[in-house]
Amino acid sequence: MQLDLLYLLFTFVLAIFLGFELISKVPSQLHTPLMSGANAISGITIVGALIAAGNVENPAIATFLGFVAVVCASINVTGGYLVTDRMLAMFKSKSGKK
Amino acid sequence: MDKTILIELSYIVSAVLFIYGIKMLGSVDTARRGNRISALGMFIAVVATLLVQGMQYQYIVAGVIVGGTIGTVAALRIQMTSMPEFVALFNGTGGLASLLVGWANYQARMDGWSEGVPEEELISVVAIFLAVLIGGVTFTGSLIACGKLAEIPWHIESRLKKSETGLVALLLKAVRWPVKLTLDSKPVMYKGQQIVNSVLFALVLVCGAAFVYDPAGMYLPFLLSLVLALVLGVLFTIPIGGADMPVIISLLNSYSGLAACAAGFVISNTVLIVSGSLVGASGIILTKIMCKAMNRSLANVLFSGFGSTTTKTAKSVQGEAKPITAEDAYYVLEAASSVVFVPGYGMAMAQAQHAVRELGDLLQENGAEVKYAVHPVAGRMPGHMNVLLAEANVPYEQLVEMDDINPIMETVDVAIVIGANDVVNPAAREDEGSPIYGMPIINVDYAKTVFVLKRSMRAGFAGVDNPLFVAENTRMLFGDAKRSVEALVSGFKS
Repeated sequence: MQLDLLYLLFTFVLAIFLGFELISKVPSQLHTPLMSGANAISGITIVGALIAAGNVENPAIATFLGFVAVVCASINVTGGYLVTDRMLAMFKSKSGKK
Repeated sequence: MDKTILIELSYIVSAVLFIYGIKMLGSVDTARRGNRISALGMFIAVVATLLVQGMQYQYIVAGVIVGGTIGTVAALRIQMTSMPEFVALFNGTGGLASLLVGWANYQARMDGWSEGVPEEELISVVAIFLAVLIGGVTFTGSLIACGKLAEIPWHIESRLKKSETGLVALLLKAVRWPVKLTLDSKPVMYKGQQIVNSVLFALVLVCGAAFVYDPAGMYLPFLLSLVLALVLGVLFTIPIGGADMPVIISLLNSYSGLAACAAGFVISNTVLIVSGSLVGASGIILTKIMCKAMNRSLANVLFSGFGSTTTKTAKSVQGEAKPITAEDAYYVLEAASSVVFVPGYGMAMAQAQHAVRELGDLLQENGAEVKYAVHPVAGRMPGHMNVLLAEANVPYEQLVEMDDINPIMETVDVAIVIGANDVVNPAAREDEGSPIYGMPIINVDYAKTVFVLKRSMRAGFAGVDNPLFVAENTRMLFGDAKRSVEALVSGFKS
């Protein structure tokens, strides 16, 4: 168990550093799409929601909570990605290509 | 191959796609593809999860259909000017989902913990508490931010004036007070606010400690900490004023990532931990950038309404503003060979972005060099103005950042300020007593001529006087920003 926890924490810390590295270079004109794109990624919690709603061994209340979580996370994921795509489609250069 | 290994490998693939997607979001040319790659990563993660042993699909399918429809319809329908409140809203649903994942796991596993928690599951218990706490704060905090951004109290007020009688008016009157109390875009402050918040936060931690000590027996403290998390989300957000919204949205964005991360620790799932921390980190960086652009610390934004920390008094602004008519402004612009637009939230309010682009195009045909200078905190969310100008088909090469325009400002013939105020206030540079002293600004006052498009002489969000308006080279073009710009456009056309 100790090793398992350490391994998860290790992943966590590395990912935080990676996030800092990736984002610091983004120009300010892309901040809104970046934010809403990141927002859509935070909908990854849908994985946890699916497991909670789908596990046959779960008691009814956990399944219900999981179901609501699936609804919320789906809103987050589809809404987030589509809105970001809509925004980015508008960023055009002079020559008209994206 | 063993199915579990296949699932874990798919998670690695989707984590890679997220990382790659975020990287590509960093440049205009690749951003759209980047977003789609990250969506593909999400799709793979979802499909892989469906392969997990012993799943029933009826609730999953129902949930995905309901949520997916709501999300799709909302995303396709919203106006670009309402983008900040929708990003806040979507963010809130993510936070709520993480809270519910934590809660569902608690319900499912608490029977197994009645004889004490095995050592290897202790991390799950702590993570459940954190997912509920961070997710709850994200959820209600985002709702309040969304309400403030949508200016709901203002809409209620304006409805009330029109329909003074009848059931609608009665209803509006009934909700006016609580709505105004929480959703006013001005900071909502009261005496002892920080003490109340600290006490409640301490209470949450106590409940959390009790819960971790004996999760099976401490159901009530768990529910109490859930409720307190929701209350804290509200209390943390109400003292934030409209102009500070870019900071708080970035911060809530970061929280939603951390909540997903906590949910990842609950179910020991690496893809949740990786993507959650990526989002958490990105939110923190944006928060930092926004704070820097306002020359304020995060603590200052979070705990004090604007200006309450300054003790020195600002110099009062002496002099008289010189108004100009649209016709005279047109003659000046016709002779200009370089023009810079500086948009602010007022441009979004007046929906003037299309008219502005039209004017920009006409100026360019007239031989002038046209640029759009955007301050990092202009508008209500990071990069808000850029999205609006992009919507109006302004090519992104014409959008310039503050640090690139300031050095050449002296060569600019006309700077046109549209609905911006604090971000072009020279007091931030010169007047040590000003509450916004030290905030980096776009130095429009160095341009040869400045036109300020403004409704009236009202002070900006921060309530600070702006010496720019009475400067020697400034001319005020009063009226609705969109109409003023359209008047200039018709000047060029005739």
